[in-house]
Amino acid sequence: MSDINELYKRSIFDHNRNPRNFHAMENASHSCDGYNPLCGDKVHIYVRLDGSDTVEDVSFTGSGCAIFKASASFMTSAIKGMTQVQARETVSKFLDMVTGSSDPEPEDKSMGKLSIFQGVREFPSRVKCATLAWHALTCALDKSTDGEKASSATPDSEARKDVVSTE
Amino acid sequence: MRAMAKVNEIDTRTWPQVDFAKIRDQFPVLASTVRGKPLAYLDNAATTQKPWAVIDRMREFDSREYATVRRGAYRFAEQATEEFEKVRGKVALFLGAGSAKEIVFTSGATMGVNLVAGSWGRKFIGQGDEIILSNLEHHANILPWQMLAQEKGAVIKVIPVNDAGELDMEEFDRLLTDRTRLVAVTHVANSIGTINPVRTICAKARAAGAVTLVDGAQAAPHMKIDVRQIGCDFYVLSAHKMYAPSGLGVLYGRKEVLEQTPPFLTGGDMIERVTFEKSTFAPPPHRFEAGTPATTQVIGLGAAIDYLDSVGMEHIERQEKKLLDYATELVSRIESVDIVGNARDKAAIISFTLADAHPHDVATILDSEGIAVRAGHHCAQPTMDRFCVPATTRASFSFYNTFEEVERLAEGIKQATELFRG
Repeated sequence: MSDINELYKRSIFDHNRNPRNFHAMENASHSCDGYNPLCGDKVHIYVRLDGSDTVEDVSFTGSGCAIFKASASFMTSAIKGMTQVQARETVSKFLDMVTGSSDPEPEDKSMGKLSIFQGVREFPSRVKCATLAWHALTCALDKSTDGEKASSATPDSEARKDVVSTE
Repeated sequence: MRAMAKVNEIDTRTWPQVDFAKIRDQFPVLASTVRGKPLAYLDNAATTQKPWAVIDRMREFDSREYATVRRGAYRFAEQATEEFEKVRGKVALFLGAGSAKEIVFTSGATMGVNLVAGSWGRKFIGQGDEIILSNLEHHANILPWQMLAQEKGAVIKVIPVNDAGELDMEEFDRLLTDRTRLVAVTHVANSIGTINPVRTICAKARAAGAVTLVDGAQAAPHMKIDVRQIGCDFYVLSAHKMYAPSGLGVLYGRKEVLEQTPPFLTGGDMIERVTFEKSTFAPPPHRFEAGTPATTQVIGLGAAIDYLDSVGMEHIERQEKKLLDYATELVSRIESVDIVGNARDKAAIISFTLADAHPHDVATILDSEGIAVRAGHHCAQPTMDRFCVPATTRASFSFYNTFEEVERLAEGIKQATELFRG
């Protein structure tokens, strides 16, 4: 059970049951869908940037597993109030952390509560659950709601490869 | 543990000639540990493990007998060809086919369906023709037909499923018309385990003048198959689901239908005569086997069939039924578990959802206990849609699984329930 406790921290259960910022947003400036065809997890991310390019509000809707939902919930809590540049930096650090491509520097406290997702890397099949909302956030920031036709984000190219796998 | 003792007691009494506890020693993978726990391999509907008999025979063939088949002009290659073609005969017997000429080696069940859709289907299905599928199909028995229907302007009709996960046969009667050209149904539903009444379906389809394809990927390793008794025109299966290697499958085609079927993939060793102007093709089955085949894999399939015959399909079927009954009893007893699919006639597959935990979370909790199950839509999204679930957790059993593993599964599910209840 040690590994499993590394993955499912108490706060993940809390955010799974009571996700923060879990609602649609009417006046979002940016939004995007995320979908993991492998497991059917779905997310829609809403972002409102103010005049100074700061995340004034961010929320999500969707359905999926506990890792996905808690990750989306933590993400929205973490990036609210950040500038777009800071939010993108956080996305990049988070993805590095859960894929295991780099460890956060011990003195780097910027990941804060997000570091609870570090255990995900021990469960490669669950990495996509943790990253779905983050990829959808990047997708949202890359295009404004009134802009080009919305496209869907998939967790990463790995997920696309998995889609074609059959039983 | 009293229930387990009871089941084991029934075992020994009923089938003293097969010691299922000892059978595990013949499958080396089953002795593995994962995350420090003994592996409980309950993902047999995805793929099965190989016995020593298969592993050893392939090693032996590769070490001492391997050569090109059906094209070598030397004794060594002729011997390899004889071994290879012997397996075709074994498969024919295993499936109850009339002749080895009705057995085509493919790369898997998926390729089998694609071959039939892309060659027979493209020739015989036209504008306004109707194809009947069921709501229990794997995507591999939907997509080739959907592509064909879109190309030809044909219509796809779907046999609905009742709440237990059984096909609505009255509705099937209504769907069957004089425009029906093909009925393609799965023998056993990979997602929820239903065993379909394929014999009745094929008889009715034939009476209506339709050709039939049965997807036997989930059935062939678990029950005695007799394609002539079933009465189908095509039957497909995958070797890796029947204790043989991956990358290999079988397409059975009834002689008369196979002879009318044009080639699918073209290339070497499937021709009679080739010129730049015009070519003529070999008769079945070689017409459908372009290029060098998966030679060693075919030899492995032959060994797997010998192995299954030595255990006996009727023993396998009954042992797996026992495992299914025990698992159903233990799992359905757990509060907040919903078993998806409760067909009267069911293979050893349990697909379920938990009220508070997502199937992927459940699979991870089980994985942490060394229990390998599948979570997801099982490549059967229309079936998931029918039961209004995005995904399920699926445990699928083989005769080499134990009653103790069933108990570990039930304990793991209980653990997940408690963790997520909050």
